[in-house]
Amino acid sequence: MMNDSSTPTVHIMRSQLGRARGLGSAKTGVHHWWAQRVTAIALLPLSLYFVLSVIRLEGHTREQMALFMGRPWNTVLYLCLIAALFYHLALGLQVVIEDYVHKDSTRLASLLAVKGLIFFCALACAVSVLKLAF
Amino acid sequence: MKNVNEALMVGRNTEGKLVRRPLSPHLQVYKPQMSSMTSIAHRATGCALGAGTLILTYWLVAAATGDHAFAVAQAIISSWLGLLVLFGFTAALFYHFCNGIRHLAWDAGKGFELPEMHRNGNIVLVATAVLTILFWILGFIVWLV
Repeated sequence: MMNDSSTPTVHIMRSQLGRARGLGSAKTGVHHWWAQRVTAIALLPLSLYFVLSVIRLEGHTREQMALFMGRPWNTVLYLCLIAALFYHLALGLQVVIEDYVHKDSTRLASLLAVKGLIFFCALACAVSVLKLAF
Repeated sequence: MKNVNEALMVGRNTEGKLVRRPLSPHLQVYKPQMSSMTSIAHRATGCALGAGTLILTYWLVAAATGDHAFAVAQAIISSWLGLLVLFGFTAALFYHFCNGIRHLAWDAGKGFELPEMHRNGNIVLVATAVLTILFWILGFIVWLV
């Protein structure tokens, strides 16, 4: 039998369905998509608040910044911003890594590294805001 | 082929013969268009903003650490290089913000038609420029007083 390069031969004794099974779940996939949209909507007002707060804090001393963060609305809004921002970032970078890193081991390693760093930064930001506030 | 991932890219044509499914060509093959360029820029600014969160973290941690650490952070951020990075950060933020609204509208099924897509793409670009300039004018005024 002729075997030219344009007609690939598959040496796997499995059906198309069998090959697709186990490669991804159709049950919880929508959660990532939905969470990305929810955090995006939350970030619309929060990022505007953040930008305005940065202008307001411009040239302030550490004491003035602590006073600003100590006001309950600012503490809460900054904590909301940190939560939504880093969650949105983790979801977004996950997709980028999954798109461009093809080797399984490298992909898993980069996902763990990036998500770990994001969790670390989020915690550092939240603790700093709380330390300034209290 | 023995690789399952590779085998998933194999389909059958109308004669029932096995064929490799076509893969889309690489980016540089295509002419730059509003749709592709704004999409790529959305991802690029998202990644840039991700790097920017390191600056945000450094700023907040320095403020929580002490007067000296905060003074060093303020000096770095208000240096020419710091301000240049901050300018890029605000431009990326406002672009991602405006184009994000465009994406949310698409998710709701609005603004998909080509002429409309070109129009709202241009609106995003103009709005990004306006918001970025407005931010720095406002920042400059606050710095003056």
